[in-house]
Amino acid sequence: MARHRVPRIRSSEITPQAVWEGRREFLRLALGATAALAVPVAAGDVDATLATAFPGLVRTDLGAGLKPTAREVFTSYNNFVELGSGKEAPAENAHLLRLRPWAVRVDGECEAPGEIGIDDILGRFPQEERIYRFRCVEAWSAVVPWVGVPLRDFLARFKPTSKARYVAFQSVHDPKNLPGQRRPVLAWPYVEGLRIDEATHPLTLLATGCYGRPLPGQNGAPVRLVVPWKYGFKSAKSLVRISFVEQMPQTTWSKLQPDEYGFYANVNPSVDHPRWSQKRERRLGEGLLASRHPTAMYNGYETEVAGLYAGMDLARHY
Amino acid sequence: MPGWTWPGTTETLRAVALRAAKPLALVLVCVPFAWLAVDVALDRLGANPVEAVLHRTGDWALRLLLCTLAVTPLRRLTGWQWPARLRRILGLAAFAYAAAHAATWLLLDRGLVWEEVVADVLKRPYVTLGFSALVLLVPLALTSTRAMMRRLGRNWQRLHRLVYPAAVLAVLHFVWLAKAGRLEPLVYGTALAVLLLARVPTRLRRGATAAGA
Repeated sequence: MARHRVPRIRSSEITPQAVWEGRREFLRLALGATAALAVPVAAGDVDATLATAFPGLVRTDLGAGLKPTAREVFTSYNNFVELGSGKEAPAENAHLLRLRPWAVRVDGECEAPGEIGIDDILGRFPQEERIYRFRCVEAWSAVVPWVGVPLRDFLARFKPTSKARYVAFQSVHDPKNLPGQRRPVLAWPYVEGLRIDEATHPLTLLATGCYGRPLPGQNGAPVRLVVPWKYGFKSAKSLVRISFVEQMPQTTWSKLQPDEYGFYANVNPSVDHPRWSQKRERRLGEGLLASRHPTAMYNGYETEVAGLYAGMDLARHY
Repeated sequence: MPGWTWPGTTETLRAVALRAAKPLALVLVCVPFAWLAVDVALDRLGANPVEAVLHRTGDWALRLLLCTLAVTPLRRLTGWQWPARLRRILGLAAFAYAAAHAATWLLLDRGLVWEEVVADVLKRPYVTLGFSALVLLVPLALTSTRAMMRRLGRNWQRLHRLVYPAAVLAVLHFVWLAKAGRLEPLVYGTALAVLLLARVPTRLRRGATAAGA
């Protein structure tokens, strides 16, 4: 598999050191409080402890120049309507997601359909860490160290046929436990989709963790999609079903507001959302006085993915 | 009647309430601002502090504007005198939060990038609505003094009817920008509808009296 180089990042895009280190301070305080009498925990040791959640974690150089957003920032400001509206509700209600047993059914146009448990996903596929930019359609962004499997390696196990032109992703449906699913805010369950060449692109990740730990509920535990060059809503959370299909899937947001959310949803500063501009983004965790960053075409992954859309009118296929 | 009261108590209490209402209201309308200032100082605004300041100033502008509109119906309903004394404080506070909201957007969110600011005001309906609401409140804030009331006479009341379109624009501003499925815009919209409808019977009666006379 070809290694994809990530373009170098401008220094203006990098999360300030103070914010990044604030995370360590937070962890040190949290750990210090529980083990006040033990040997003082150094920042480096904290990182080492975190990594043990994924034994054999492969560290890649993807996004090596990027400074991740503080963990407590990215895990406290989330869109996950199943767990509640607003940015804080998902973290507050994360415990309502039942994470075990959990299985992902893979079906549709493939020779070897089947169901795979989350622990098998973790055990059978080597997990790797990749640092990606994350850009929400609401014009905020973050830099996240994800842990996961390239989706193409996962999908290959199920032997898609030539009829598999698209891949549909379905999120958890559990209205008994998930407060947001008791109201018809969206057409439940949440469905997203990719073209097969997007799904099998080397950058597309089936994520099982972030910041060296298993995904927190609010970030889409236990397994989610991460498509770094598309707006965040494409990266469906808490997946229970992946289907190879012939027709373009009807996806949740584009069904609800087709003029605001398209099927492709590629990050594109020159195509505005009908209600706001997509030219600049607010980076989470940067503080009150930080200014917005210019948004990059395909969220900075233009070299890698522009070829997928050659000849397409991006203003029409937004 | 309980034994411990004596003639004049109710009147005394009423006088105290009337006198205390204004300073108390002044303190109360400053509380959300003080709270916000503390949260800024202690860095407690979370992952997206600019958005937090924007939302909190906007919410309070809208709430106080609705409080201002609640004064007249409340007085008619209860016969209480003190709400009328608070109208100016509530109205000015609503304007102050709206101005802080706009300033936050202009300075912190847009970072004074003028091409974008102008484009947003002209092109984005929710910005246009919010900006118009603020513009309508400016003359009301400027003519809120007793001297201006005297100077403008009957026209003062006519001018201050601008608060109705301002409130409608402000609520629409919120409805327009909110994401599908959020309940808050609906709550504010309903409150505004109730406060406006509460005025209809009086208007009709007044109209009838005028026609009969």
